[in-house]
Amino acid sequence: MQIYLPIAEVSVNAFLLLGLGGLVGVLSGMFGVGGGFLMTPLLFFIGIPPAVAVATEANQIVASSFSGVLAHFKRKTVDLRMGFVLLVGGLIGAALGVLVFNFLKSVGQVDLLVRLCYVVFLGIIGALMFVESLNAIRKARKAGGTPPPKRRQRNWVHALPFKMRFRTSGLYISVIPPVLVGVAVGILAAIMGVGGGFIMVPAMIYLLGMPTKVVVGTSLFQIIFVTAFTTMLHATTNFTVDIVLAVLLLIGGVVGAQIGTRIGVKMKAEQLRILLAIMVLAVCGKLALDLLFQPSELYSLGAAGGH
Amino acid sequence: MRSLAFALLAFCCAISAQAEEVVLGLSRDQVAITTRFDGSEILIFGAVKREEPIPEGPPLEVVITVAGPSQPVMVRKKDKVLGIWVNTEAVEVDLAPSFYAVASTAPLDTILSDVEDLRHKITVPRAIRSVGAPDTVQDSAAFTEALIRIRTNNALYQSLEDGVALDQQTLFRTAITLPANLTEGEYDTRIFLLRGGQVISTYDTTIDVRKVGMERWLFALSRENPMAYGLLSLAIAIAAGWGASAVFRLIRT
Repeated sequence: MQIYLPIAEVSVNAFLLLGLGGLVGVLSGMFGVGGGFLMTPLLFFIGIPPAVAVATEANQIVASSFSGVLAHFKRKTVDLRMGFVLLVGGLIGAALGVLVFNFLKSVGQVDLLVRLCYVVFLGIIGALMFVESLNAIRKARKAGGTPPPKRRQRNWVHALPFKMRFRTSGLYISVIPPVLVGVAVGILAAIMGVGGGFIMVPAMIYLLGMPTKVVVGTSLFQIIFVTAFTTMLHATTNFTVDIVLAVLLLIGGVVGAQIGTRIGVKMKAEQLRILLAIMVLAVCGKLALDLLFQPSELYSLGAAGGH
Repeated sequence: MRSLAFALLAFCCAISAQAEEVVLGLSRDQVAITTRFDGSEILIFGAVKREEPIPEGPPLEVVITVAGPSQPVMVRKKDKVLGIWVNTEAVEVDLAPSFYAVASTAPLDTILSDVEDLRHKITVPRAIRSVGAPDTVQDSAAFTEALIRIRTNNALYQSLEDGVALDQQTLFRTAITLPANLTEGEYDTRIFLLRGGQVISTYDTTIDVRKVGMERWLFALSRENPMAYGLLSLAIAIAAGWGASAVFRLIRT
């Protein structure tokens, strides 16, 4: 069934959008990532104008994250205090990100830089997670099934001032690292048109030392507000939020997120991480190949008047 | 009495240049873009009205063009830089129609002179206005060609040679297929009558392409009251997220 999108001004198959939303929703629920890093390129691929895809995706992430975070609240796996600290950084970062984005737009290379950002960040994080999870699984096997002793290593993060107790996470650390993580994620979220979960989840695990089970719910909690803020910025400045597209994606997305959250509970943390790592690397590889191989059409059309 | 006869004669001579005129019909002069819009076909038909017998000489040819609203377009070209494909050169095409179809009774190069094409901007390359590329760009014509190629592949530019059926040098008709990804606006529709490469008569009308109903309402809201539109988007998103969560809780219990 074809449906005409009022803002994107294209006609697309409604079931295709529902399916994409559902698929990405399942992943979102499983891993606590918004799914934007998968959905945004997929939307480009089916012919949605990039500006509309990025803005609408922000809106859709609000829905799937909201659905996901409710499931996590039920299981008390959201560190609210940590969420608020991350959020403060996230809002600052998103505002900065929009400034950076507009600057890149005026230079005329925003497309390339967004793609390079994807390749670099997805590549580094995917590789790190993959190696780390493999090691964890191997160690667990060697120890004859008994988990390794839980010892959190003390690093520079623990030497900073403004310490705060995060009870849900079982942490007593400075607020500076979480705020900085929030800012970094906010910037990337605004530039790359994603929720930023795929950056934040590893940062919370490896940098802040939060337990994996809490990480997912807490990152979803932060993502809701940052993407809501981004949606409003896009809607009021670029007029590129397509509500019909968003509704179709989020109907599939919220259902998928519920299913994904349940799958996530049943899986081991290492398995979850290795799956996420493989997916991140796959998307990274696809984007890198696009940059490396000669495209079939060397020319592209864009709206003029941005100068 | 004699002066009246002269006047009549002079009048006849004056309109002899317009001895053949178009009487036009459209299957519709409005295209409504609804939620289910999936492209549309417009029948353009008409007759050639004349007071005299069909003139001797070259046969009558008919060209019909439909042009969507024109906008400036930025055409970018990729080149290999440090191993990756990067947009390097860009040429701004000053005005290019968002949709352009030209249908004719025969291949245009056989029935239309260059001068007339230039004057009336009938063929696709003439319908695009490109004042000039920056000096740094070597091959600016390739950019305009790329624009035409990409839009032709998307069915936005159509060249329908032999697309107009003409009976008895009087009745003509054609069908123009509008694709689903249309831009809203007035679609300028022109009919040219040609003989021996010269345009002997033209006729202009517009087809109104408009979003209607919910499409119209949402589009207007997003432009006129973006704050409300943004909040509406968020409210729907949160309601859907909460709703799905509630439904799943019900299913489980």
